[in-house]
Amino acid sequence: MSLDDWQLVVGLEVHAELATNTKIFCGCANSFGDEPNTNVCPVCLGLPGSLPVLNRSAVEFAARLGMALECTVQPSVFHRKNYFYPDMPKDYQVSQYDLPINADGTLELPDGSVVGIERAHLEEDTGKTTHMGGGGRIHDAAYSLVDYNRAGVPLVEIVSRPDIRTPEQAQAYATELRAILAATGVSDAKMEEGSMRVDANVSMHKPGEPYGTRCEIKNLNSVRSLGRAIRYEMERQVQLLESGERIVQETRHWDEDAGRTRPGRSKEQAEDYRYFQEPDLVPVAPDDEWLASIRAAMPMLPAARRTRLAAQTGGDVDVALVVERGLDDLVLEAIAAGGDPGRLLVHASNNLSAGAGELSARPFAELSKLEATGALTATQAKTVLAELVTAGGDPAAIAATRGFEAMGDDALAAAVDAAIAADPEAWEKFKAGDRKVTGFFVGLVMKTTKGKADGKAVTALLDARAQS
Amino acid sequence: MAARITTDDVAHVARLARLELTDEELVLYTEQLAGILAHADDVASLDTAGVPATAHPLPLQNVLRDDVVRPSIDRDEVLAAAPAVEDRRFRVPAILGEAP
Repeated sequence: MSLDDWQLVVGLEVHAELATNTKIFCGCANSFGDEPNTNVCPVCLGLPGSLPVLNRSAVEFAARLGMALECTVQPSVFHRKNYFYPDMPKDYQVSQYDLPINADGTLELPDGSVVGIERAHLEEDTGKTTHMGGGGRIHDAAYSLVDYNRAGVPLVEIVSRPDIRTPEQAQAYATELRAILAATGVSDAKMEEGSMRVDANVSMHKPGEPYGTRCEIKNLNSVRSLGRAIRYEMERQVQLLESGERIVQETRHWDEDAGRTRPGRSKEQAEDYRYFQEPDLVPVAPDDEWLASIRAAMPMLPAARRTRLAAQTGGDVDVALVVERGLDDLVLEAIAAGGDPGRLLVHASNNLSAGAGELSARPFAELSKLEATGALTATQAKTVLAELVTAGGDPAAIAATRGFEAMGDDALAAAVDAAIAADPEAWEKFKAGDRKVTGFFVGLVMKTTKGKADGKAVTALLDARAQS
Repeated sequence: MAARITTDDVAHVARLARLELTDEELVLYTEQLAGILAHADDVASLDTAGVPATAHPLPLQNVLRDDVVRPSIDRDEVLAAAPAVEDRRFRVPAILGEAP
């Protein structure tokens, strides 16, 4: 079997829960992790006589996302998608069908490739079912328990065009979309909590031939799983095709522990949702004024923020991570306050998490300056930074309290000479050009100075001594 | 005119709707639904070139509510109406197959 003879084609469907206060058609709280069945009412339970009313914020979030994805935001209507499954008490899910709120967009990935967006429509989430007995597996379950807190939570479903050609590109798409959802405030987009869910349509074909039959892969709980599942599916499909078999169009579930996909929905249940227009809801058609106000409130998107940060820091390796954590504004403010760009970027990517606690721009700038002038070593700066995050304060004062005094040149030189004298044999090796023993000497100096020495300064001194 | 709807179509839709129909009912409903479709054909034969498409019989759009939380209903009351309950949730029979 050779994957080289085959071309992968992937289209992704991403569901993201909108960060509204309430559900899409009723005033129940949109809140994750509450007591089961406490955020329910006649509307989201589908009780007879209840009527849905669309949430204004859900429309605004959806339109904002549409604009971020360069979609046409258009007048749209709602449809009922009919099916019998206990996750929806109404026996239908309200979604958008032939007239979605957003159509025809694009998403540019960090590598410059562009993936088309077919649509990004509004719909309601379903309730959460837990399968009991049979080890939690749906096919072996004795019965199921249903919590309707999630039923009616607003979703956008973002459907890409089948433009994705590698597992890595699929991962980059999911990562970039997640960054956009978070940066625009449209969704908290947490894959592990299920507020962002990715399904992958995967097929293989020989270059020059028509696209192959696709399988839809569900249950992907991380960007990593997405890549693994696509790679598994590529091999599975090529193996079948090369042995002369046909691919059956089906839904398959990714099993993270087993590292494989398994068939999902039973074959008999053909997809026939009998969509028809939802008679209880009228069309939604944001006018120009409303759209303009949504556009005016659009925050800067991750791609632009990465470019802006890289221009200031000169680095582009850590920039994406810093933007993803929302720390780019803090770094830029600290640079404006006179901080050292390179050191600020390193701290933001290695030593800070999203939010940065009590840390503000000015002390952050001061800290990087103390480090740049050699008053603090990288290790000491990290310790001071941790304290700034938990309690705030003045970096110089914190350093003094902890006894992080600047190590004088003379004291450092003495410590280096003492280390050299301690192991003449190793020193001969160093002088002969064996740089493997560098770490040994640096470690020795760190030990005698109780970590106050700056590693780079020690290395520089060792080099100087070796040449003299 | 060829039959617009067959008993097979009606049996398919009935199965999707979880309706159990007798053979007599299948024939009866096929005739009745054919009559409804014939009426739709009559409507479709009208010249509507100058009539804009409407999505809803009411001349309304953008009926919206503000995103403000309102009290939900009491869980005990909700669960009391369910045929079976376990661990604060609705208990339902095992269903083969997957949610869409």
